[in-house]
Amino acid sequence: MNRPLRHVAIAALLMFAALLINSNVVQVVQASSLRANPHNVRVLYSEYSDHRGPIEVAGKDVARSVATHDSLKYLRTYPGGAAYAPVTGYYSLVIGASGIEQAEDKVLAGTDTKLFFKRLSDEITGRTPEGGSVILTLNPKAQQAAYRGLHGVRGAVVALDPSTGAILALATSPSYDPSTLSTHNSAQINRTYHQLLHAPGDPLIDRATSETYPPGSLFKIVTASAAFSSGKFTPNTVVPAPTELKLPLTDVFLHNFGGESCGGSTTVANAFRISCNTAFAGIGLKVGIRALAAQAKAFGIGSSLTIPLPVAASQFNSTANPPNTALSAIGQYDDALTPLQAAMIGATIANHGVEMAPYLVAQTQAPDASVLSRAQPHVLRRAVSPAVATEVTHIMELVVQSGTGVAAQIPGIEVAGKTGTAQHGTASQHLPPHAWFVAFAPAQHPTIAVAVLVEDGGSLGSDATGGAVAAPIARSVMCAVLGC
Amino acid sequence: MSAIAAPAASGETRHGTELTLVLFAVVLTLVCFTSVSAAYTDALPSGLLEDGIGFAALAVAAHVAVRWLAPYADPVLLPAAIALNGIGLVLIHRLDLAATTRAHAAGQSAGTADAPLQLVWTVIGIVAFVGVLVVIRDHRRLQSLTYTAMVVGLLLLVLPALLPASHSTVNGARIWVRFGGFSFQPGEIAKLALEVFFAGYLVRKRDVLALAGRRVLGLVLPRARDLGPVLLAWAASLLILTRESDLGSSLLFFGIFVAMLYIATGRRSWLLIGLVLFVAGSFAADHYVAHVHERVQIWLHPLDPATITNQSYQLAQGLFGQATGGIFGTGLGQGRPDLVPFANTDFIASTIGEELGLAGLMAILTIYLLIVMRGLSAAIRTRDDFGTLLGAGLAFGFALQVFVQVGGVTRLIPLTGLTLPFLSYGGSSLISNWILLALLLRISDAARRPAPELPAIPDESATMVTRR
Repeated sequence: MNRPLRHVAIAALLMFAALLINSNVVQVVQASSLRANPHNVRVLYSEYSDHRGPIEVAGKDVARSVATHDSLKYLRTYPGGAAYAPVTGYYSLVIGASGIEQAEDKVLAGTDTKLFFKRLSDEITGRTPEGGSVILTLNPKAQQAAYRGLHGVRGAVVALDPSTGAILALATSPSYDPSTLSTHNSAQINRTYHQLLHAPGDPLIDRATSETYPPGSLFKIVTASAAFSSGKFTPNTVVPAPTELKLPLTDVFLHNFGGESCGGSTTVANAFRISCNTAFAGIGLKVGIRALAAQAKAFGIGSSLTIPLPVAASQFNSTANPPNTALSAIGQYDDALTPLQAAMIGATIANHGVEMAPYLVAQTQAPDASVLSRAQPHVLRRAVSPAVATEVTHIMELVVQSGTGVAAQIPGIEVAGKTGTAQHGTASQHLPPHAWFVAFAPAQHPTIAVAVLVEDGGSLGSDATGGAVAAPIARSVMCAVLGC
Repeated sequence: MSAIAAPAASGETRHGTELTLVLFAVVLTLVCFTSVSAAYTDALPSGLLEDGIGFAALAVAAHVAVRWLAPYADPVLLPAAIALNGIGLVLIHRLDLAATTRAHAAGQSAGTADAPLQLVWTVIGIVAFVGVLVVIRDHRRLQSLTYTAMVVGLLLLVLPALLPASHSTVNGARIWVRFGGFSFQPGEIAKLALEVFFAGYLVRKRDVLALAGRRVLGLVLPRARDLGPVLLAWAASLLILTRESDLGSSLLFFGIFVAMLYIATGRRSWLLIGLVLFVAGSFAADHYVAHVHERVQIWLHPLDPATITNQSYQLAQGLFGQATGGIFGTGLGQGRPDLVPFANTDFIASTIGEELGLAGLMAILTIYLLIVMRGLSAAIRTRDDFGTLLGAGLAFGFALQVFVQVGGVTRLIPLTGLTLPFLSYGGSSLISNWILLALLLRISDAARRPAPELPAIPDESATMVTRR
């Protein structure tokens, strides 16, 4: 029996040899591809137990990691809370990361190549590796004013420094507390996430950057810019301003807001001041779809951005037929802007026609506070000539002085602005309009440009106008920065 | 092979070696235990002294029993089993800690810890080990129980299939007997009983199975009526597979039977017939048995996004753990083996791969190989055919179980539901493996005992003695 028994022994040896070779294959040969598999949560778990760097605003943390006693050594907390949620995003064990947490993950996690030597020395000395910090451009007063202004309504506010593009405020409402998604309790995270996904008003959506809305009369800034740039119009050019305008090639009549008359004929400046639809539809038709589309493009409409959060592209339909051209000129038809794009249009006029690239990160720092990178403001494009910018500024000042935007007046400071009251939806007569306001101040030497959007008229519903609902919010944000 | 399967010359007792190795196994266990505690709390384990003394006492008691009851037995088998059992206890304790942490993080109270119960099973296992050595003073006595063993083995095997599902099914596998709070897997004991039966039966029938037959293409094919036993074993395996959804045991029984048949007869045609039946059975199972087909698909595509969050989640997470462990592992208590479902039973090998690394997994496999080779060596040296067959069946069955189990977890072969001897959590498995070890030690003792005054097979041993 010994000969077959020896064969069986050899078979047993071969089985073990196969096991040994196979475990070498799994743990060495295939190891790196298995570790990189997106379903391998171990990577996230180990990342989660490093000391992640903070996100700071004006010297205060809006997101930071605090030491805990459980197996994940640090808990991510958000002292900035819901007000800063669209910017910080969340950093969650279960559902991943969003916002700056995602966009600047390499710096925060300490895996950025600029932090390589720091990380190496941590590994060697056995210290817990630490991430770098991200310092935001946000102005805490402006951010708080913006978030407070949106209390109880659905909407968004964006404020920019017109000369640099630095984002001073970026708020959305309703919002959520990112801390609830960053706990170490995965069941609770799943529950909260599910609730937020189905909550009224979609609190997880950043309306300021990822949603586009019909701009309504706000778009008259673009139409006026195109008109002045064409050389055919100045603020003092007298244009027809009928009570109703028959759209070309159709039997459809365009009315003014509330069916009002604009006096039959008036100057461009006055038509802008009182936001006369028939006058601006006529101007749009005279300027033509090509010049309107070119002007929209020059303001950045149609381009997507990263700030470093991804920003949805705003829209303008450059193939509109004449009746739709008339509607496009007053911000209807296919026009759709993100609140950030609206703020960029205001900031561009404020900055003498030069559009600066908006940005959220002022600088990134290593754990020892040495600067890793500093934001370099840069020009995106020139939208209008300085002369046209001056003319548009002038007519925007009239809006706040004695037009539809008087609610944005600040004593002692000249404010330039434009209202928008955008009808939308399929049964547009019945849905309350979106209320818009874009402004900058001080008008001659602007330090802040702001855009406010309130969905469906906010608390005023179908009685809402941009001037009544959105302008006061814009005013309080400007006041927070300018001091009033 | 000779390096790991070279016991000392016959007639020599090596108690000192065994005691040293037993103490080494105890120290190894306590080092692992301390390492887990250090990773979790940066402190020595609270009960290190009591647990250490308790475990050492248990191990030394087993050693004393062997010294007294099987003085000539191989000195490596017991220490190897104690090392595996000890490391298993530490790993189960380590997974208990992870479960507690997770429960606290989820705001729930922690479930019952498994390690204290496994320690109780260890005590019972070692008592059973000593009990077998006491009761069975000569393994040849088992030969008279051949048909009793068959009846007991078959009854235990089919018991879960006969019981209502509520008393036999846990996690989809119908391999349990459950009454009240008590549950055990009769298949583990059935395996031992059937090995006794196979050995006794084949010793009696080996001549007819080996000699009768016709020569075809260089192979001596058995007569059709002699095919009965192998076909019966095959049918029984398929029955276990389909009725109890127990792929692992099915494979194990058939493999052990064919190996023992080959050892008994020395006829390669049995291997060929076994292989043909195995291949046919495998294809049929993949084709007609849904859960076998699923296992095969998981084996082929464990990282398929469609199944990675459900059917193949366990295997994929186990592989991720092993990959994370790499060559040297994360260190005990510093990986996340708890992310793998059933990490302390089915997937304890991936826990080893993750925290002790490739190095640790290879070391554990080497300990298993040591037991297998020493067991086969005892089988070769023992003086009676029954002992040889039984020892070979026990040792090869042990090897096959480790191969099927670890091979499934490391994706060498499709996953089956076997336990890893001495390491996996579970009383039935632990107790039956301690009994298996006692039988191997008994055979080894007989193999290396000085030739009796009236040797059972005088010619053979006399020849050996005079040669020296």
